[in-house]
Amino acid sequence: MERMLATPISEQEARDLHVGDTIYLTGTMFTARDEAHLMMLEHGAPFCVEGLALYHCGPVVKQDDGKWKIVSAGPTTSARMEIFEERFLERFPVRIIVGKGGMGEKTLAALEKVGAVYVHYTGGAGALAARAISEVTNVYWLSELGMAEAVWALSVKEFGPLTVSMDSHGKSMYNKITGQVQKNLARIHSQIERREG
Amino acid sequence: MEHDEIRLALVEAIRKAETILPCDVVAALEQAKESEQGLARVQLETILKNAEIARAGSIPMCQDTGIQTFIVRVGVSYPGLSSLRALIVDAVSQATREIPLRPNAVHPLTGENTGNNVGDHVPHITWDLIDGDRCTIHVLPKGGGSENCSALKMLPPGDGITGVKRFIVDHVVACVGRPCPPGIIGVGIGGGADLSMKLAKLSLLRPVGARHPEASIASLEEELRDLINESGIGPMGLGGKTTCLDVHIEYAHRHPASLPVGIIYQCWADRRARVEIDADGRVEVM
Repeated sequence: MERMLATPISEQEARDLHVGDTIYLTGTMFTARDEAHLMMLEHGAPFCVEGLALYHCGPVVKQDDGKWKIVSAGPTTSARMEIFEERFLERFPVRIIVGKGGMGEKTLAALEKVGAVYVHYTGGAGALAARAISEVTNVYWLSELGMAEAVWALSVKEFGPLTVSMDSHGKSMYNKITGQVQKNLARIHSQIERREG
Repeated sequence: MEHDEIRLALVEAIRKAETILPCDVVAALEQAKESEQGLARVQLETILKNAEIARAGSIPMCQDTGIQTFIVRVGVSYPGLSSLRALIVDAVSQATREIPLRPNAVHPLTGENTGNNVGDHVPHITWDLIDGDRCTIHVLPKGGGSENCSALKMLPPGDGITGVKRFIVDHVVACVGRPCPPGIIGVGIGGGADLSMKLAKLSLLRPVGARHPEASIASLEEELRDLINESGIGPMGLGGKTTCLDVHIEYAHRHPASLPVGIIYQCWADRRARVEIDADGRVEVM
């Protein structure tokens, strides 16, 4: 199913999403990578993030006439944030996590508990993403963390396509694909052995 | 004057690499798209659309603009050798401001960012002395996500070609979607621990579809490409037929007791450009 979503997103809206759905997001996203997760867990959120979208992203940003502008902003590898995300979600109930590559069992359980989804965005699609970001509304901890690790609050319009790959019903697309890949790998191994035998 | 020209050409080559996906990669992605359906197809369409926006707007195609990596093949009689290192470093700093690039050079332990992509040993320059009086500077910005999926294994030589194939396939499969597939798998076999890794990276200079000149290695490249694509990992690890666009292998002779295999994973953003300089100082960005 394909749908348009606007922030703030309610818990019910998040729970209505299922693995395989495609969404386009309008409203407010904020970036946070490893360092920003640590910073927010230690010092709290710099603004109210409930119902917003968390974006695993370290953008390229430039300043034109004193105004920040996003140059390129694709997703970073979400797996690095697995060590923080359960605690993060329980404390900061965002409804959508945007990233690439998927996350683990602890995050999957937290999505179910809190009522949120993880959505996949195409890795490296930085130029396309930048086009859907209409404005940088604020930046936090820029001097402490630097461009890639700072928290950038972004106003976005029809940001996507985003694929729901982990939902609040305990389903993960990655678990399913991993199972299939392991079966295929066994077949590949036997092909390698056969060719040499 | 001549120095300015070379520096500006280097900045231009970095811009070209960061913003224009090489046509061999675009063609391979287009071809892969035709063979895929559903989510896999959507990923490839998104990648191609992104590449077009980046090209048209001269925007870095990926926000991870990489570690700036240069392979310099310089003739022993090329007259400008003494100034090349400084020119490359200056070009990286200038490109970081002007394109702009993400400042990606941080202290390995404190994480402190130098702000201009210049630091100890970075930009990373490989020097290769060749005959003649010309100079070729390859520009290869390399992203962190795919570089994290590098691997080295010192195989017992008794494992032979079967062991080599298994290691490569198993490693690529274990990486699943993390290195932004479909990419290029660079492989170095033999030499030693460091040389096998270096050869793996140098193999990425070859365009997608360009085969190793030796028939047996060329056929091994194709066999591994097809085996990896049977894994079903697919574009971005969401399932599909296209996990890699190509496998490139380079080799060196080895110690009888060692069979090193190095793997450098390159993401779909297989960014490449080069600067050619002749002895008279004529400069061309390609």
